Amino acid sequence: MSLISTHNLKLVLGGQTVLDSVSIAIARGEIVTIVGPNGSGKSSLLRALIGALKPADGSITRAEGLRIGYVPQKLQIDATLPLTVQGFLNLPRRQDRAVVTQALNQAGVPDLAKRQMGDLSGGQFQRVLLARALLNTPDILILDEATQGLDQPGAAAFYHQIEDVRRDMGCAVVMVSHDLHVVMAASDRVLCLNGHVCCEGTPEIVADAPEYRALFGTGTQGALALYRHEHTHSHDHTHKHEDH
Amino acid sequence: MLDDFVVRAALAGVGVALAAAPLGCFVVWRRMAYFGDATAHAALLGVALALSLDLPIFGGVLVVALAMALIVSGLNGRTVSADALLGVLAHGALAIGLVAVSLLPNQRVDLSAYLFGEILAVTKTDLTVIWGGATVSVALLVWRWQALLSATLSPDLATASGVNPKREQLILTLALALTVAVALKVVGALLIAAMLIIPAAAARPFSRTPETMAIMAAILATISALAGLAASFVFDTPTGPSIVTVAAILFALSAGIAPILRR
Repeated sequence: MSLISTHNLKLVLGGQTVLDSVSIAIARGEIVTIVGPNGSGKSSLLRALIGALKPADGSITRAEGLRIGYVPQKLQIDATLPLTVQGFLNLPRRQDRAVVTQALNQAGVPDLAKRQMGDLSGGQFQRVLLARALLNTPDILILDEATQGLDQPGAAAFYHQIEDVRRDMGCAVVMVSHDLHVVMAASDRVLCLNGHVCCEGTPEIVADAPEYRALFGTGTQGALALYRHEHTHSHDHTHKHEDH
Repeated sequence: MLDDFVVRAALAGVGVALAAAPLGCFVVWRRMAYFGDATAHAALLGVALALSLDLPIFGGVLVVALAMALIVSGLNGRTVSADALLGVLAHGALAIGLVAVSLLPNQRVDLSAYLFGEILAVTKTDLTVIWGGATVSVALLVWRWQALLSATLSPDLATASGVNPKREQLILTLALALTVAVALKVVGALLIAAMLIIPAAAARPFSRTPETMAIMAAILATISALAGLAASFVFDTPTGPSIVTVAAILFALSAGIAPILRR
């Protein structure tokens, strides 16, 4: 049985239908990437999965006692709000110190507990958000454009971290991203979204699908290959790869 | 001791300071300054309502402030030029309140008392109401503190961890209406928002956690209330504005010290 699934899901935002008849199912332990142009309803789909958006039609089914870890697209903390990383991780429920330390370790930022949230770099901030999502040992990790604002090596490093987390914790991962080449290589399955599910399958199948090419062109296919090349040869991450 | 009007004034000022400052932190963090303004200004309309229906002032103000706060927080969810709309509500409420009070038949209402407060005329009953309201307001914040902070940071993140951001917004709305109602007598409708925002803003440079900021704000607000009261005796100035003036001076000092602290 799947962890979470939608059946003919329809979402309406401000009177506009952003998604229609979307049926997806996420299985335990798989990495699913959702790609789609701006305004294709990617973020709305994730918000519906976490329960922040109510379906206008259709249904969402969650496995009993499903624990969700959510990493939002961005989090603007007002400069007037003083908050340490530790304080942030203790919201809304206070956590054991050991749990906080472990989550920071898993997210790859063991030494940040006492720092102010406002003083973190973009990459550190995203990892703290990841640590927060890992606190309750989620069955499923949901990431919304989690690498926005990171440079390409930073984004690649972040996704490697996600793969490590999946390997160590066995959680499913659902993510939305523009970083197609990086993300797709790490995915078991790719969903291409544009108001509805255009196509889905393994990264290769989706990258070759006419629906996907119609939306993104063929350029990203080359980028996908480029990433693979880099991956198998384990070059360092400053290697030039923005030439598509 | 309570027979001395100065003691009563001091206690009233401290009560309002303690209620307003922690709530003011949320107003600042959530960028709801106009929200505080609109609710506070609606208090005048509450005064008119209470006088015309022969109800206790506190009750009338509480009801109207709550209604206004609910309207505004309902608008908050939408994105349609919220800023301008809040401005309209804040100033519209003030103007309509002034007109309504002046239209009351057979009433000689001392308008300046409601606009700027009359802390020196606080009775023992007023004190009970102020401290009762302040206690409830602070208790609400303490009770919901973690959830309120989560909802303030990100409604979606809060939802994902099982906190309903709409309910937390409602809690804040309630606390705000209550604080406005108890603060009216002390600083008046025009300056309630100042008591919310200024101590919180002044506390920011000295705080590394939200909790310390709330406590610092309460301390600074208390100092403002007592020093403002004293200053109004010495210089024979209106008390409400004197309290806010002290708060503003504390803010200026804090803003001046802040760059040195950061080094």
